[in-house]
Amino acid sequence: MKLSEVLRIAGEGIARNKLRALLTMLGVIIGVAAVIIMIAISAGTEATISDNIKNLGTNLLFVTQSMGGQQAPSRTAGMNENFLTYDDAEAINNSISGISGVVVERDVTELVKYGSTSVDSLFVIGTTPAYPEVRDVSQGSGRFITQNDIDNSAKVVVLGYSTAQTLFGDADPVGEKIYVGDIKLTVVGVMAKKGIVGNTDYDERVYIPLTLVFEKFTFSPFARVQGNQVGTILVQVTNLSDMNQVITQIQILLAKRHDTTVSNLPFSVTTQEDIISTQESTTAAFRELLAWVAAVSLVVGGIGIMNIMLVSVTERTREIGIRQATGATPGDIRGQFLTEALLLSLTGGLIGVITGVGGSWLFYKLGDMRTLVMPNSILLAFASAAIVGIFFGFYPANKAAQLDPIEALRHE
Amino acid sequence: MTESNIIEINQITKIYQMGNVQVTALDGISLSVQAGEFLAIMGPSGSGKSTLMNILGCLDRPTSGSYLLAGEDVSRMNREQLAHIRNQKIGFVFQSYNLLTQATAIQNVLMPIVYRRNGHISTKDRYEMAHNALISVGLVDRDQHKPTEMSGGQQQRVAIARALVNSPALVLADEPTGNLDSHSGLEIMEILQKLNTEGRTIVMITHDAKNAAYAEKTVYLKDGKLNGNTSPMPAPAYAEVGGLP
Repeated sequence: MKLSEVLRIAGEGIARNKLRALLTMLGVIIGVAAVIIMIAISAGTEATISDNIKNLGTNLLFVTQSMGGQQAPSRTAGMNENFLTYDDAEAINNSISGISGVVVERDVTELVKYGSTSVDSLFVIGTTPAYPEVRDVSQGSGRFITQNDIDNSAKVVVLGYSTAQTLFGDADPVGEKIYVGDIKLTVVGVMAKKGIVGNTDYDERVYIPLTLVFEKFTFSPFARVQGNQVGTILVQVTNLSDMNQVITQIQILLAKRHDTTVSNLPFSVTTQEDIISTQESTTAAFRELLAWVAAVSLVVGGIGIMNIMLVSVTERTREIGIRQATGATPGDIRGQFLTEALLLSLTGGLIGVITGVGGSWLFYKLGDMRTLVMPNSILLAFASAAIVGIFFGFYPANKAAQLDPIEALRHE
Repeated sequence: MTESNIIEINQITKIYQMGNVQVTALDGISLSVQAGEFLAIMGPSGSGKSTLMNILGCLDRPTSGSYLLAGEDVSRMNREQLAHIRNQKIGFVFQSYNLLTQATAIQNVLMPIVYRRNGHISTKDRYEMAHNALISVGLVDRDQHKPTEMSGGQQQRVAIARALVNSPALVLADEPTGNLDSHSGLEIMEILQKLNTEGRTIVMITHDAKNAAYAEKTVYLKDGKLNGNTSPMPAPAYAEVGGLP
C-alpha cells in the first residue's frame, strides 16, 4: 500500500467529522502550546537574568524594607525606628568601609504634563547623584541631579529617554518647564536610551532630587513620620571579596540605629545574586507548573484521541469489513487507524505550535514577560504530539485490526 | 482434471462452540468447481449456506478438511495470508452491495487495487483498470457518482466491477439480487451470465430458483450436508426446484 493512499484514507476519515476532530485535538493543542510557552518564558527569563548580571554587576547590595519587619510606626515614640530612612543611607555612606558609592531611591507615581501632553502614573524616582553610575544609565543631554540639587531640594527634573520623546518629540527639552503632579519643575537633562532590564523600563520614567520627594511628594497623613523614609538603598561594594563583611557591618549598624538586634532587623540586605536566585526560583516554580499543565493536557488529549478513535472504529465497523473482504490485512487496517490518530495529534500539534508562538508573544505584550521561542521547543512539542498519537492510537487501531471480517460485514 | 479445478474442497466441517453445545454447521462437505463453471448453491436458511460461503470466500477457516483454491491450500492460512488470497483470487458480490457510501463509484472499484501486494501499478493505470471494470458492467459516465446517487441495480453493478477489477480466479455472489426489484435482478443475472460466458468462474448462493437456472450446475445444502447432483441441471430438476415454496 502506498503511503499517499494511507494518508488519503486517514485524511478522509478525519475530514468526515471536522468539529469532532477539532475538539479531539484540543488537549494536544493546549499541551503543545504550554510546552512552547513554558520554554519561551524560561529562555526569556534566563536571558533577562544574564542581562541583569551584565548590566548591574554582582557587587551591588540592596537594602530594603523586609516584609516581616513592617509595623505601624510608633507615633508616641516619634522615631522612625522601623523605617529605612535617608539618615540610614548617610550613616552607611559615612561609617562603612569598603564601599565606593551609595544611592538612595524613593519612587512615587505622578501625572507628568508638558503643555497639552501628559503621561499618567509615571514612575518618578527620587534619587541621589550616584544613580547613573550605580544603575549603569548614561546621560543623554544636559546633566543629572547634583549634590547641590539635593541640598537645596531644587525643583529640577531629568527625563528618561522615552518620556522625553513622548513629551517633547524631537525638540530639546533641556530648560523647559514641566509639571510633575502639581509641582512645576525645570528639565535639566535627558538620559540615554537603556531599554528594559528585568522588569524595569529605564526609559519610561523621570528623576528628581530625593529631598524634593520628601518635601513635595509625600502626601499621606503619615507624612511627618514617613518624611525621610526611603524605598531602597543601593550600596556599591569596592571588592567582591568584601561582600559578606560589608553585609554584616551594615546589619550591625542598622540594628544599632533602629534599636534592635540583627536577627530582628526589619530590613533585608541582599546581593544581586540573591535577587537573581529569587527570580530563578520563581520562574522555576512557574516552569514546573506549566510542565505539569503540558503533561496533563497531553495525556488528556491522548485519552481524547483514544476515545474518538474507539468511537470511529465502532462507527466504521462495516467499512472495516468491506476493506478486509477486498484484501486489507490486519496490518493495513491497523496502519489506517494509527495514521488517523497520528494525523489528529500532529494537526493538533501544528495548531498548538501556532497557539504557543502566539501565546508567547501575548505573554510578552500583555504579561510584560520576556519570552524567547526556541526552535528546539517546537521540535520537542511535535515529538510529544506524535508520541501521544501513536501511544493512544495503538489500542483502537489494534482493535480495528482484530475485527472478524464476517462479524464486521454483518455490522449495521 | 484437478489442475483445472478452481475450488477443490474435501471433507470440510465447521463446528461452532456455543457455550457447552457444539453446533455442526458443515458436516463433511466435498465439492469441486472447474475453471469457467457457474455453480449455484441453494438451501433453506440454517442449512449452512453462509458458513460455506464464508469458507469459500476465505473469510473463515474450516474446523477440519482441506480447501484448495486455484491449487493453493488455504484451509490453514493465517489472517494475513487469507487477506492476500481474498485480494488476488476472490471477488465478492454481496446482497447488500457493501459499497463505501461516502466514496465515489470509481473509488469503490479502486479499493481492491489499493490493497494489492504484487507489482506496482501507476495511478493512471489504476484508474484505467477501474474505469474499464465499470464499463464492463455497463456503467458509463458514473465514475464520480456516489452510491447514494445511484439505483440499487447500479450499486450492485459497481460492486460487480469491484469484484472483477483484480481479475480474480473466482467470483463469489451471495444473494446478488436479494435487495433488487425483478427488473434490476434480471439485469444483474444477465451480467453474471455474460461474465461466465467470457470465462469467469462464478459461485452463487441463492434462494431463488429462477436465478439458479442461470447456473450450469446447482447443488443443494441441507443440515450442513450437500445433497444434490453436481452435473448440469436437467430441465425436470429446474421445474421441481421452481415449485418449491
